[in-house]
Amino acid sequence: MRGASFVTQVMSLARRSTVRTLRQPAVIVSALLFPMMFFSINSSGLNAATKIPGFPDVPYLDFAFAFPLVQAALFGAITAGSDLARDIETGFFDRLSLTPMRPAALLTGMLAGVVALGLIQGVVFLAFGLILGVNISSGFLGMLLLVLLTVLVALAFGGLGAILAIRTGSVEAVESAFPLFFVLIFMSSINLPRPLIEQDWFRFVATVNPISYLVEGIRSLVITGWDAQALLLCFGVGVSIMVLSIGGAAASMRTRVA
Amino acid sequence: MGAFFAVARAVAGRQTYKYFTNPAFLAPALFPLFFFIAFAGGLTRVGDIPGFDYAAGYIAFQYVWALLQAVTMGGAFTGFSIASDFENGFARRLMLAAPNRYGIILGYTIASIVRAAMTGLLVTVLALVTGMPITGGFDFFGLVALALLANIAATLFGAGIAMMLRTGQAGPVIRTPIFLVLFLAPVFVPLSLLTGWIETVARLNPFTIILESSRGFLAGEPSNVAVAFAISFVLVVVMALWAAFGMRRAEEAGG
Repeated sequence: MRGASFVTQVMSLARRSTVRTLRQPAVIVSALLFPMMFFSINSSGLNAATKIPGFPDVPYLDFAFAFPLVQAALFGAITAGSDLARDIETGFFDRLSLTPMRPAALLTGMLAGVVALGLIQGVVFLAFGLILGVNISSGFLGMLLLVLLTVLVALAFGGLGAILAIRTGSVEAVESAFPLFFVLIFMSSINLPRPLIEQDWFRFVATVNPISYLVEGIRSLVITGWDAQALLLCFGVGVSIMVLSIGGAAASMRTRVA
Repeated sequence: MGAFFAVARAVAGRQTYKYFTNPAFLAPALFPLFFFIAFAGGLTRVGDIPGFDYAAGYIAFQYVWALLQAVTMGGAFTGFSIASDFENGFARRLMLAAPNRYGIILGYTIASIVRAAMTGLLVTVLALVTGMPITGGFDFFGLVALALLANIAATLFGAGIAMMLRTGQAGPVIRTPIFLVLFLAPVFVPLSLLTGWIETVARLNPFTIILESSRGFLAGEPSNVAVAFAISFVLVVVMALWAAFGMRRAEEAGG
């Protein structure tokens, strides 16, 4: 590794991160199975919600399709964060810091693993949705954008997972953040459009919750087609979270290595 | 028989003490609370769908599911504790010392009831604070009885798995089936409004009758009471046999 360029360092750690993820069948199964399971159950169980006046004129299956994509990103973040925390717990991180490997390479390599998992999840969920009969209004280009957005959201959450891992150095602490991420998803407009949320306090929480804008952007590609406002908000929020979280993770990394 | 109850008392005492002295003792209640807030808060308009005829309203409708989730997950968490006791060697020492090992199962079950009572109380208080009516009056105790039986059944299920696997990896094996049974029921709307595969599965899921009967108790319109209690008792008996089988496997493996 001595004398290796930054790109080589990143490639080595990205390969390690990806292979490690793919070698954990339990992780892959939970990252794929649970979001699909929740999607199937919620979309069937809440199908009657389409009878609420004002609900978009689409099957609930289409409306709910953003759910597995966003939930997948959450699983990716927890997985990546846990792996990084495990590296710290087992001393791998400390041994690595004694080598010429740059700390930024470790973070970038880990995030490359998140991108790989996000890509797999995006493609699998898209295929699963199409098999179930989800109609993507924005067509083939929209499908590509859906996968891209899944990766963007995975990176944004992945940065948060990395901050937790670096700051706490504990797998348990990273995994205990799972309910918090889950709360963020459910306290958004994931189940109903915001104007149809009856409770004022819940509508307020959903409006200030950035997850709502990620969900609404992804959903617009499925049920509306090309909605510039929803997509701009989605990209804006996604990129902002990604920049802040990865920036925060890099700063935490510098502090830890110093 | 004296040894059986003595062991049960000792195990229940230890588990209850451990539960209340753990700073995160209310953590198992987080998910039911959160699901209750998310569903009862975010989906109130679902109660306006034509054909949604639950008299007590949507908050009460979701409360019953959250309560049953809280108590069954309380049982699952007891299973995690048993698995952890095996992993750290405590259960092996316990089995060597206990004159009647089946008392261990009863002890864990009693502790699980205490745990479920706490989490159930928390969910109930939150529901009342958010305006849930108890229109059924004393029928509410029917709901409590069904919740108690659901907790016992889930605890015995978790205990059986934990004693068979004797490792922390038993967690997902305990949690996933319970989660599935809970979600493959009429969670968001009554059974009559479900369509497609979820309706078929929900009709076959025995938990559906327990859930609908529990909702009936809360609304003061009890329905399928005998069937719901019969299913609950059968589940408890079957799961007790399952837990006893798990204990035998643990004994054969030497704890």
